[in-house]
Amino acid sequence: MTPMIALLTLPLLAALATIALPRRARAAAAGIGAGATLLAAIWVAVVVWRTGPMDLMLGGWQPPVGIGLRADGLSVALGVMTALVMSAAVLAARFEHATTGPGPRIAFGIWPLILLLWAALNAVFVSRDLFNLYVGLELISLSAVALVAISGKAQAVAAGLRYLLFALTGSLLYLAGVVLTYSAHGMLDIDLLAARTPVPTDALALGLMTAGLLAKTALFPFHVWLPPAHAAAPAPASALLSALVPKASLLILVRLWFEAMPDMATAASLLTLGGLGALAVVWGGVLALVQARLKLIVAYSTVAQLGYVFLAFPLAGGAGAAQPWSAGAWTGAMFQILSHGLAKASMFLTAGIFIAAVGSDRLGDLRGLARALPMTGFAFALSAITLMGLPPSGGFTAKYLMMTSAFAADQRGWAAVLVGGGLLAAAYLYRPMAALFSADIPAAPRAVPRRWQAVPLWLAALAVGLGLMSAAPFDLLQIGRPDIAAEGL
Amino acid sequence: MTANLPVLILLSSLLPAIITFFIPQDGHALRNSLNLGGAVLKLGLIIWMLFAIADGTVYEASFALAPGLVILLRVDALALLFISLSGTLWFLTTIYAIAYFGGKPELSRFFGFFSLCVASTTGLALSGSLISFFIFFELLTLSTWPLVAHKQDKPSLAAARTYLAYALPGSATLLVAIIWLESSTGPVLFTEPPDLSELDPVSLRAIFCLFIIGVGVKAAIVPLHGWLPSAMAAPAPVSSLLHAVAVVKAGAFGVVRVIYDVYGAENMASLGLSMPLAGIASVTILWGSVRALQQGEIKKRLAYSTVSQVSYIVLGAALASPLAMIGGLVHLIHQGLMKITLFFCAGIFDERAGVKRIDGLNGLGARMPWTSVCFSLGALGMIGLPPLAGFVSKFYLGLGALEAGAPWVLAVLAASTLLNAAYFLPLLYRLWILPAAADASGDERAPGLVVPTVITAAATIGVGLLAASPISPLGWARLIVTQGYGP
Repeated sequence: MTPMIALLTLPLLAALATIALPRRARAAAAGIGAGATLLAAIWVAVVVWRTGPMDLMLGGWQPPVGIGLRADGLSVALGVMTALVMSAAVLAARFEHATTGPGPRIAFGIWPLILLLWAALNAVFVSRDLFNLYVGLELISLSAVALVAISGKAQAVAAGLRYLLFALTGSLLYLAGVVLTYSAHGMLDIDLLAARTPVPTDALALGLMTAGLLAKTALFPFHVWLPPAHAAAPAPASALLSALVPKASLLILVRLWFEAMPDMATAASLLTLGGLGALAVVWGGVLALVQARLKLIVAYSTVAQLGYVFLAFPLAGGAGAAQPWSAGAWTGAMFQILSHGLAKASMFLTAGIFIAAVGSDRLGDLRGLARALPMTGFAFALSAITLMGLPPSGGFTAKYLMMTSAFAADQRGWAAVLVGGGLLAAAYLYRPMAALFSADIPAAPRAVPRRWQAVPLWLAALAVGLGLMSAAPFDLLQIGRPDIAAEGL
Repeated sequence: MTANLPVLILLSSLLPAIITFFIPQDGHALRNSLNLGGAVLKLGLIIWMLFAIADGTVYEASFALAPGLVILLRVDALALLFISLSGTLWFLTTIYAIAYFGGKPELSRFFGFFSLCVASTTGLALSGSLISFFIFFELLTLSTWPLVAHKQDKPSLAAARTYLAYALPGSATLLVAIIWLESSTGPVLFTEPPDLSELDPVSLRAIFCLFIIGVGVKAAIVPLHGWLPSAMAAPAPVSSLLHAVAVVKAGAFGVVRVIYDVYGAENMASLGLSMPLAGIASVTILWGSVRALQQGEIKKRLAYSTVSQVSYIVLGAALASPLAMIGGLVHLIHQGLMKITLFFCAGIFDERAGVKRIDGLNGLGARMPWTSVCFSLGALGMIGLPPLAGFVSKFYLGLGALEAGAPWVLAVLAASTLLNAAYFLPLLYRLWILPAAADASGDERAPGLVVPTVITAAATIGVGLLAASPISPLGWARLIVTQGYGP
């Protein structure tokens, strides 16, 4: 119980400290807060690993009167991934500020916003109540929009406003669905809802909540806000926005469909979700292929990579007799969430280093930069391997598990999406790689300290390590996993 | 200990690879001793195991990833055949590469990926299950890319791009084939042939085609061979390794594994896949030779010759009669020795005499006798002159074709021999008979380049002369076929 409270309150306390403390102490406070929260996340994960899911009833009240929190395997896996990405982003932001000198807006605003975002993410990971999840989601959206617009440039503010529009529409749709659910059943706890007596309005409620969450997850065709927003933010913020923020709404979606209302799934709805995911993979990949700026390529790649997760809806279950494992597609999708988080954060942080070195992220300006920044070039290549889904990375484990389910369930069309998406990723990531590793000598790039370069390399190595050591995370994800994930929707 | 040996063999090239990346450019002594030390250690381990395996000991180590994904390293006779080749040639190529590059830039990157490439080949050879084979197969793709692109000039980068454009769809196809098969049969271990009765013949044929396409890209089976001739833009040591042990051999080895250890020769024949595959291999043999004839650049001619020669291995595997199997397996070694000799020589001609094209070879024989003799031995071996290595392979393939009831293969072998002669003999004629141009230069004052070449050239005679001995490649191939795959 204590570790969970620590996980939720430490980032909030640190956020307050970064506002209240004098200017010189702010960055240090953020660093200490990040370190402490990382330890808390690992602590929770260890407890869950050893003793199973951990429950916390706020105020001692049981649902439906009180609000329940629970850390299961999925929560803590996301919690640890988030903590790693957050700590890396805090470190990268400190090194960036030391090198390039941020404006006063960024220097003041970035720490409390990052930490507030972190607290809200942790809250969403463990909440079991639909309204509580809404509150968390709103906090995430607001701090994320502020991070997009923090530079104050016209372009960033415009991207932030567009993001805000989508996020608020999504929130309203989700809230409408929550209200419908509450008026029909008088409760919002996920476990209680699973045992409810279904009523006709449930389909509408689930549809509204899903639509709202899709808009926030930037699933095709609601993705238009994501690339400009993620490209406009400062690099450490982009890393959080792309790697973590869409994962919160995605997690709620998974919890809704697999835990709260699995009975509402129909063949058509699953096909729609999977189909939109497939379109996102293709469309995001195609658009990434034609971008001229690194950050936009990486941002469109997020649209494509999130699409894979949606294949879990039609593919879940479908256990073949020959499979030695169960819940392959569901676990594969969760692996995708984790490995994409690490790899994408690493990629945005490398983009930040390139921008610090040459002041631009146009592919033409990045030519030959890997010679001056070999560690960063290597980190980019490693995270590219994960995003392409090549072994032995975490992305490969994800694809392997999902593809096996597709074949075992005789739904081979989805396997084509997985294979084609991987090749498309190879194509769009090849362009920045070819630019970075070309023989051109860049015009005197600014020196970037090695410790800053090491940050994305660590994240990329973790993304690969997730595949190399996939047995433990696989087992962790099975703790408290809904049975439906194995049986299929 | 038995579990650790395969891991040690893998680490003997993996650890030097990882450490090399962190060695600064001017740390020549450390880098060279690390890479050579790893190669020597590996050779020692391989020789130790050669004796144990011949007695029937099995070394095995496994490492579990997510369920269904198990990396299984297992030393069987076939694996040992392949790692003996890669271990020996890695050692020689490292010596050659150290001399070749001298003080050129980015050496730590080069040797890091070079050793990584060898580590992937080793892992692929030692893989005891389909999925571990795939993982190392893909690692090989990734570690070879920086080697092909090493010079970072336009042709190298274009070649590297072409390489990936072929290799990545190829491995995606392989992954689909593996998952399709395993979704019905469960994880496939090479020791226990999977139960194929769950699948209908149409699916089995489709999966087989996907397998062959997947590994066929690396084996450069026509029409999937386009990347190989363009990859000769890479530095000479890379081409040598690529053509002799690493990439094309990995593909050919994959064909052998799929046919013998996944499908089984009998199933392949009863599904009616044997003769079509033999047909494709024959087309590749002839087409590669015809294209080789048309090339004016030495390395390009050698590259097309590789396209042709590697399909001998595929042909032997496809015919699947015991003698043809022996011919194919032994060619895995023989082609490696001959082709690495030829590419070593091509590199020396380029480095020491500035000769890239065939017409530059005129009269070089007198000026560079060692290299020219080695080149001639490699070329004559390729043509199949007894008692050189190539003769042994062709002889067994021919006998095997008759045994398999496919006498038309003899015509293919004969035509290929004539074509080999047609594209190699003019080179020898230029080297030894034609007078040198007035401004010709060239010397052999580079023992690091010449000595490895002489050793591999001597080996092409040795494996032919000593073919009857049990530890020769031929003896080993016989052992594999009689122990594992014999009727």
